[in-house]
Amino acid sequence: MKIGVVVFPGSNSDHDAYHVAKHVLGQDARFIWHKEGSLGDVDAVIVPGGFAYGDYLRTGAIARFSPVMSAVAAFAKSGGPVLGICNGFQILQEAGLLPGAMLRNRSVKFLSQPVHIRVERDDTCATAGVPVGTVLTMPIAHGEGNFYLPDEDLDRLEREGRVVFRYTTRDGALDDAANANGSCRAIAGVCNEGRNVVGLMPHPERASEAELGSADGRRLIEALTRSLVRA
Amino acid sequence: MKARVYVTLKKSVFDPQGKTIHDALGSMGYEGVADVRQGKFFELEFEGVAEDAARAAADDIARRVLANPVIESYRVELLA
Repeated sequence: MKIGVVVFPGSNSDHDAYHVAKHVLGQDARFIWHKEGSLGDVDAVIVPGGFAYGDYLRTGAIARFSPVMSAVAAFAKSGGPVLGICNGFQILQEAGLLPGAMLRNRSVKFLSQPVHIRVERDDTCATAGVPVGTVLTMPIAHGEGNFYLPDEDLDRLEREGRVVFRYTTRDGALDDAANANGSCRAIAGVCNEGRNVVGLMPHPERASEAELGSADGRRLIEALTRSLVRA
Repeated sequence: MKARVYVTLKKSVFDPQGKTIHDALGSMGYEGVADVRQGKFFELEFEGVAEDAARAAADDIARRVLANPVIESYRVELLA
């Protein structure tokens, strides 16, 4: 069971993701430099958070053209589990592997705070075994996490059951104040049609040990490792 | 030969930055500014490329890299 963590210039959650996979969950893990054209023998891929290429043009816009992204796209197409976290989610959107785009947070401020997200689907590579309705607590840290799609595309996404997480209160209730970045329909995470590619803005890898205030995020990385068994 | 590419959020997309600037203009006393939209401006310099090819390349670059078609639209202008 080997988890690959993609590393771009500007990634900053790569070591956190590696740490959780390797030391918290005891899986084999390795870094994959963005110049590599192959993922090697990994069974799952994490595209971690950070500021790939400084996000100078637009979040994820340059990173998606890195050689490794062709390999990630091929891996995803063949059903391989891929988890994009924060900037990793934005990169997967830019690459067309996940729907939507991120606008600036509605407050126009960078938000670094714990949030609560409700699991909406338990049939994805990152939520298998986590019951629908479970509320997880983990931090967000982003300036552009305001999920956007036109209404008709949102309707289709909901119909297809591809909204995986929503920002809620601690009790799992939808509430405008709980949707800090202003995302359309409080969407915090989505998946692709095959349900093997999941992206979310909150950071499960920064909330995978009790010492960090919450170990809820660990359940998502664990689910990813369980999905390896099926792959 | 230069190509100018203007990228803006689509009209249907809320622009938090433009809104913030608009609010500030209001508090600075500028009246009659109905709306502000923030965008990006790029200047591409071409050498040894015919106009048609430059236009096609600029359009391709704008579509693939400079703009995100989910939220943004773009306009390309060619200058001799």
